[in-house]
Amino acid sequence: MDPTVSAELLAARSQMAFTLGFHIILACLGVGLPTIVLIANAVGLRRADPAALLLARRWSTVMAVTFAVGAVTGTVLSFEMGLLWPGLMGRYGGAFGIPFAVEGLFFFLEAIFIAIYIYGWRRLSPMAHLVSGIPVALAGIGGTFSVVAANSWMNQPAGFVVDATGRVVAVDAIGVIFNPATWYEVPHMFIAAYMVVGFLLASVYAVGLLRGARDRYVRLGFVIPFAVAAIATPFQAVVGDFAARAVLTDQPVKFAAMELVQTTGPGQPETIGGVLVDGTVVGGFPIPNLASLIAGFSPDTVITGLDSVPPDQRPPASIVHLAWDTMVGLGTALVVLSGWALLVRLRRRDYATARWFLRASALAGVAAILALEAGWIVTEVGRQPWVVYGYLRTADAVTHASGVRVTFVGVVALYSALGVATIVTLLALKRRWAIADTAAGGRAFDGLAPDDAVPYGPTSRSDEEPA
Amino acid sequence: MTTVQATALVLLLGIAAYAVFGGADFGAGFWDLAAGRTAPGMRPRALIADAIGPVWEANHTWLVFDLVVLWTAFSPAFAAIMTALFVPLSLVGLGMVLRGAAFAFRPQATGLRGRQAAGAIFATSSVMTPFLLGAVAGAIASGRVLAAAAGPAIDPWSAWVTPTSVLLGVMAVAVCAYLAAVFLVADAERRRDYELVGYFRRRAIAAAVVAGGLAIGAIPVLAVDAPSLANELIGRGWPLLVASAALGIAALVLLWRDVPRGTRSCAVGAVAAIIAGWGVAQYPYILPPTMTFADAASPSGSLDALLAVFIVAVLVIAPSLGLLFMLDQRNRLSGYGVGSDVERSADRD
Repeated sequence: MDPTVSAELLAARSQMAFTLGFHIILACLGVGLPTIVLIANAVGLRRADPAALLLARRWSTVMAVTFAVGAVTGTVLSFEMGLLWPGLMGRYGGAFGIPFAVEGLFFFLEAIFIAIYIYGWRRLSPMAHLVSGIPVALAGIGGTFSVVAANSWMNQPAGFVVDATGRVVAVDAIGVIFNPATWYEVPHMFIAAYMVVGFLLASVYAVGLLRGARDRYVRLGFVIPFAVAAIATPFQAVVGDFAARAVLTDQPVKFAAMELVQTTGPGQPETIGGVLVDGTVVGGFPIPNLASLIAGFSPDTVITGLDSVPPDQRPPASIVHLAWDTMVGLGTALVVLSGWALLVRLRRRDYATARWFLRASALAGVAAILALEAGWIVTEVGRQPWVVYGYLRTADAVTHASGVRVTFVGVVALYSALGVATIVTLLALKRRWAIADTAAGGRAFDGLAPDDAVPYGPTSRSDEEPA
Repeated sequence: MTTVQATALVLLLGIAAYAVFGGADFGAGFWDLAAGRTAPGMRPRALIADAIGPVWEANHTWLVFDLVVLWTAFSPAFAAIMTALFVPLSLVGLGMVLRGAAFAFRPQATGLRGRQAAGAIFATSSVMTPFLLGAVAGAIASGRVLAAAAGPAIDPWSAWVTPTSVLLGVMAVAVCAYLAAVFLVADAERRRDYELVGYFRRRAIAAAVVAGGLAIGAIPVLAVDAPSLANELIGRGWPLLVASAALGIAALVLLWRDVPRGTRSCAVGAVAAIIAGWGVAQYPYILPPTMTFADAASPSGSLDALLAVFIVAVLVIAPSLGLLFMLDQRNRLSGYGVGSDVERSADRD
């Protein structure tokens, strides 16, 4: 292989991985946060609870910032599809593009209604405002479905016919969208989004509780997102289990990399940790027969090994395996945490004083993000060297334009600044709210400015005509 | 009309929508940049932020829409454009990130310096991005993409470092500024800020004169640098060029006489007619001189799906977008959000 081409390929893959790995966190926020905001909003209205309303309002400002950043990083991805992978889009755009067209529809809806919701706090009626948020949450579900359907298609390409030269000559849109991997990838990602957002938001308030703030505002700030995540987590364990078993049949080589299975056969051990060096597992803790047992409920279950395909068709197994272990390990820890919450509740203990539980919860946000990224690595790196499994190699999809190494360096610098700016902005918001709370001598339930004594209702400013 | 033609029309509509809505948005950034020093520029800047706040994300979704239609329906053309124009399109991506992020962060930034930095990034990228998009359009219209994308070695500059691209880039900036100024006149009027009405009215007239002058100046440049485009524009596209000129002059007269009604429609029509003229001049080629829409078209299954999505979009998105614009025009959207007046007035205290 031409060394310059492979350096460009490496740069292109790194840039795609980096920008997607960044965007996926914001995408989760875009999917999960609206639901959590709406729950707080609905609780606030139903119980006339100023603490819940204040949370909803503040979270919606966070949502505005993260949605705006996510919108631009998402736009960048649609540029990168062509800038980095013209070989993919030029050949398979007719099939692969369709789920993105559906996604565009949902994103458009989300952008419209998120604007109405975010900017509608003051001058829409409380009910109209709450209702304007519902399409945001629904569009998030639809958007997740479409984008993940596109990714599923890369893993299980379907719904198209190629001629002898490899040209796509017929496309069946339904077949593309509902490809064999859609049904397990979509729920897995969707639940992941709720887990990430729920645990992340809850971890902020867990820290607040640990620091001794125990008013209703902090309690609700913890309980609402934590409950969403804790309800989602056990489902994720079940869905993830199904997904892994489906990968065993759909993409056996990916599964072999996940479990570090070198040679096809029964009685495969489950190796915890460890890497593959020259075809042998180094390090790690093998549990005899467990991989076979989990995969097929019997130690005799045959698992396909990496050696079932030539070396140039194998993914980098060690990366996939360690990412897999990370995801499963952290996911299991989050299941335990969710169970712990149930236990605290059943024993009627006040979670706000259960310090070890809160300490674990404070780490859950970061854990969920790491699990998310690890899962993403498993599905993407595990598919290599293919970009369209069995049809198109990543090396054949990459651009011939020179300059990807330059853009990669630029993108890393730019996104690092973007990440820092996002965090700094969110911290500045937090500080400003703390100042407002101090000034109000408690929680600043009346909002940020003097004319916002009620979160809803017409403005009292005289220089604006009544609407 | 064939499915290919219908899809091409959808693409053209999407491009026109982005030119108008995205363009007005970029132009608002131009006026932010041109608002001068911090103290006197505060009021126009506040109006700009307030005016584009609720609608900017929806406006830029048109770009994603255009990219998706292009790659799904006319995949080889998309691949060639993205290959030949790697440099300007990478920079467009950079501009989108800087612009969106600065816009999102500015109202939350504490301290004057942070807000100024965010403002400078927002304004600069608001000018750079439409210039590059205009240059990209110039490269496509002057038929330079296919040659530049062919072969194992890609020349990163040849397709777009040309008189046509530079001209269209500058024109794009002027048109954006023009649209934005016209929209901002109406926004200021709605807020009964008559000082700003005059401020943006003068700027709208200036931008109209500049954009019109550039359009006239473009004729000899295109005749030399892109003769076939010039021929088709004049030969087949002339009714649209005449319509654009008439609407542009009408908008200018209305602005001059300070008649608010109809100004925006005329200005939007003038810009949309130019985009339509481009489409007519270039048809049946998606990438002149050789790749037709039919050559580049995906199988009918893809186009049918795309058209179905488009119809659903018209049924669902159009009323939603109408609701957003209606609420915005009735001043029902403000407060608590990014760039809201409440956040800013809280800052100033």
